[in-house]
Amino acid sequence: MAHHKKNSTAVATYGDHEVITPENKLRRVVSVKPLAPEEPNPVERAEKALADLSTEFSTWMDSECERLDAARRNIATGGFTAANRDAVFHAAHDIKGEAATFGFPLVALAADSLCRLIEHSPDVTRIPIMLVDQHVDAVRAIHREYARSDATALAATLTKRLRAVTDEFLLHENRDRPDVLEHIKGPTIAPE
Amino acid sequence: MVRIDFNRLRFLVIDDNAHMRRILRTLLHGFGAREVHEAEDGAAGLEAFTHHTPDIVITDWAMPIFDGLELTQMIRQPGANSNPYVPIIMLTGHSEKKRVVSARDAGITEFLAKPISAKGLYQRIVNVVANPRPFIKTKTYFGPDRRRNVNPNYVGTERRKGGKADVIKQTALSDKVRAG
Repeated sequence: MAHHKKNSTAVATYGDHEVITPENKLRRVVSVKPLAPEEPNPVERAEKALADLSTEFSTWMDSECERLDAARRNIATGGFTAANRDAVFHAAHDIKGEAATFGFPLVALAADSLCRLIEHSPDVTRIPIMLVDQHVDAVRAIHREYARSDATALAATLTKRLRAVTDEFLLHENRDRPDVLEHIKGPTIAPE
Repeated sequence: MVRIDFNRLRFLVIDDNAHMRRILRTLLHGFGAREVHEAEDGAAGLEAFTHHTPDIVITDWAMPIFDGLELTQMIRQPGANSNPYVPIIMLTGHSEKKRVVSARDAGITEFLAKPISAKGLYQRIVNVVANPRPFIKTKTYFGPDRRRNVNPNYVGTERRKGGKADVIKQTALSDKVRAG
């Protein structure tokens, strides 16, 4: 093991690797002073700023749904080309990631099912167009009917059925790919 | 409480979705940041990284031209730019195990799954600033140490060779600051 320094970066060399401790240029911004009573908590301040922005979220959700609908129409007219596949996947993926932030968490589940369908299909041209349409229609319907008193039950029914049909399709399509099957069935592990 | 002086940090946000960039900018300004730069794809992100030399990069995964993973690999090229050690927070809708491992192996510093929350983003930023990890360079990897803790029950073969470097103890910056 050998140690040396390049500028203020410490480098320790071992048999097959180096351990590098870079100069910490961010040290200057860290302190341990407690917040003064009148001082706003930064997380609360950011949440407040996001709440102020939330008046725009419904419009943003509309435009994301329109984007997904346009991507779906391109598949219907032009087929599952690589560009069309990427467009519908990205539109669904963005909705999956944003819906909860925009105040429509129930929409995310249907979008997630569409993402799984596209991502795990070994040959997307074998995906029934009707199944894509049903996902897109579900995303739009759940968003459109969000104010209904039975919206949660409606979304749960739609999403559960879509997910079941999607899983059946994916399990069949990947029946000879055990690593993919494991991945499809596996839980998510992203930290909170 | 560890405090971060956000108005002395320069951020680069890379996301192809304008709504998500607006949300990130809003949250960062809410934390107190003043300097937040934006890019809408991997290529523009790399250019902005070179031009603005940010203290922290927050990137999406799925983007046109090249994605957040490829961008991370480009930034983590020793000698290729002014700061290959920059903290990179990957913010993504991908949360499957395979994806998290791929992101880790590309050299990201922190992973944050959408939906985004102010608390989640704040914690990741505090972590990269106050608890920086050393970097490991091997023939196949250059990035933050992927071993975050000691597993006393680990019984497999030691993969790192050449000394007792299997776990690098690093004092958190927050502890150093407390100790003066």
